[in-house]
Amino acid sequence: MVKKIISVAICAIVLLFVYAPILLLVVYSFDKSNVINIHEFSFSFDLYKQLFRDSKIMNILLNTIWLALAAAGLSTILGTAGAIGIFYSRRRFAKPIYGVSQIPVINAEIVTAISLALLFSMIALYRTYFSLIVGHMVLCTPFVVLSVLPKLKQMDSNTYEAALDLGASPAQALFKIVIPQIFSGILSGFMLSVTLSLDDYIITAFTKPKTFDTISTYVYNAVKNGANSSTPALRALSALIFVVMIAVVLLANLRARKSASKEPSKG
Amino acid sequence: MEKIRFSRRQLCIPYALFLFLFVVIPMLLILFYAFTEEIDGAITFSFANFAGFFTSRAKLSTLLMSFTVAIISTAICLLVAYPVAYVLARSSLRKKNVLLMIFILPMWINFVLRITALRELLDLLGLLESQNYLNTIIGMVYDFLPFMILPLYTTLEKLDKNYLEAAADLGGNKFTVFTKVTFPLSMPGVISGITMVFMPSMTNYVVSDTLSNFNITILGKLIDEYFTTYDNWHMGSMISIILLVIIFLTMLATGGFKDSEKEARGANLW
Repeated sequence: MVKKIISVAICAIVLLFVYAPILLLVVYSFDKSNVINIHEFSFSFDLYKQLFRDSKIMNILLNTIWLALAAAGLSTILGTAGAIGIFYSRRRFAKPIYGVSQIPVINAEIVTAISLALLFSMIALYRTYFSLIVGHMVLCTPFVVLSVLPKLKQMDSNTYEAALDLGASPAQALFKIVIPQIFSGILSGFMLSVTLSLDDYIITAFTKPKTFDTISTYVYNAVKNGANSSTPALRALSALIFVVMIAVVLLANLRARKSASKEPSKG
Repeated sequence: MEKIRFSRRQLCIPYALFLFLFVVIPMLLILFYAFTEEIDGAITFSFANFAGFFTSRAKLSTLLMSFTVAIISTAICLLVAYPVAYVLARSSLRKKNVLLMIFILPMWINFVLRITALRELLDLLGLLESQNYLNTIIGMVYDFLPFMILPLYTTLEKLDKNYLEAAADLGGNKFTVFTKVTFPLSMPGVISGITMVFMPSMTNYVVSDTLSNFNITILGKLIDEYFTTYDNWHMGSMISIILLVIIFLTMLATGGFKDSEKEARGANLW
């Protein structure tokens, strides 16, 4: 009994720590006042009205989403092809490619960021949309490879051979046999890429065009310029993002668990 | 018309090219910049940056302070995450996966927004602007806690319960069973958690900037400053090389060259 109480207490305290800031922001996004004051709260939608009227922030939100979708889409194509290539290559080719692919995963993000800054300034593409997209692809693609490779290993390799024997071209066999079998890995690679791109600050800061902002860079700069309290609409934006992300992740996971329990053979 | 012949192996050519252009060459450029300097527009090979780093009191103290912050943050993360992971893994609840989910869910939310929210909370508690180090450590723990909970939970969950029963049958009390069996068997999780928290705690300057009002300079911030403020890319590259050596040494010490980060990033959860 005592053990159970201690267990619950530990979990409750950590959960409080994890969710307190989020809860605070969500509650005070409905406050009339621009500054959070614990003794004063008057309910209003003012901050949300401000937020949706702020075309600059809306624009930045769209930028962030477009960048994430573009980077994740390109990374997924490149990474899936890469994983298939690595899987079927001879060890002496596959190993170095896989090894280099791990560098951005292990490396500190700031080091990846400045290494790209050095490269792009050398070829006069520093702080362009090209460097931004490539930067995010460097961040995301290795994770796509890491998501797809295990699915290739689980796949029954005989099905591909069978398709060839039955007269399919290698391309047909690839798209009709291999891709469907590894699709869950491709999808999780894509979702992971979207999350990584949305979450990123450091690589974005070093590769983005000067006038381009994502939510991360905009909020960081707002804090830097001491404008945190003068843009309270950001509180409403944060609250919205918190609630939407929590809902999305919970739904995605509950659905994943449901389908997993339907087909118990697949881990 | 005959179709172009292709083999599955060729599919890795674009990725190999991509990695060469945007990973290998940039890393070599860091090495090049680190060991050169620009004098009157001419680039010459030099150890000046290397010597400059190790003779600068300010830079060495930044390194030491950053190391200390990272070690404390990692230790607190471990101390907080272990009991949580242990309780969750041991729980007989049918839905413990959902429970785990609730603990690590914030890692899918933009970290800049979460850290700004934490800043508001610390401001409310009167800690902002007075407790820069404490705030930075709280921030690192707040941001990286899920990356510690997840690998710990994974190893503790998989742990063969027969070992624990055997240890108890052989006369071990609860404390000895934990220290002699459970904890040693969970070491892989501990190690991958440490590697995942330690390095970002030395480099993620968004956390330290936001929570210390730009008063604390950790190693990652120092690199950023040499690129954006001082415009000395050679020294910035040298500090990056030093950081890379530190990463390599921690990897070597913990034997952590594994796919652990993917697991912690929750690739298996999407």
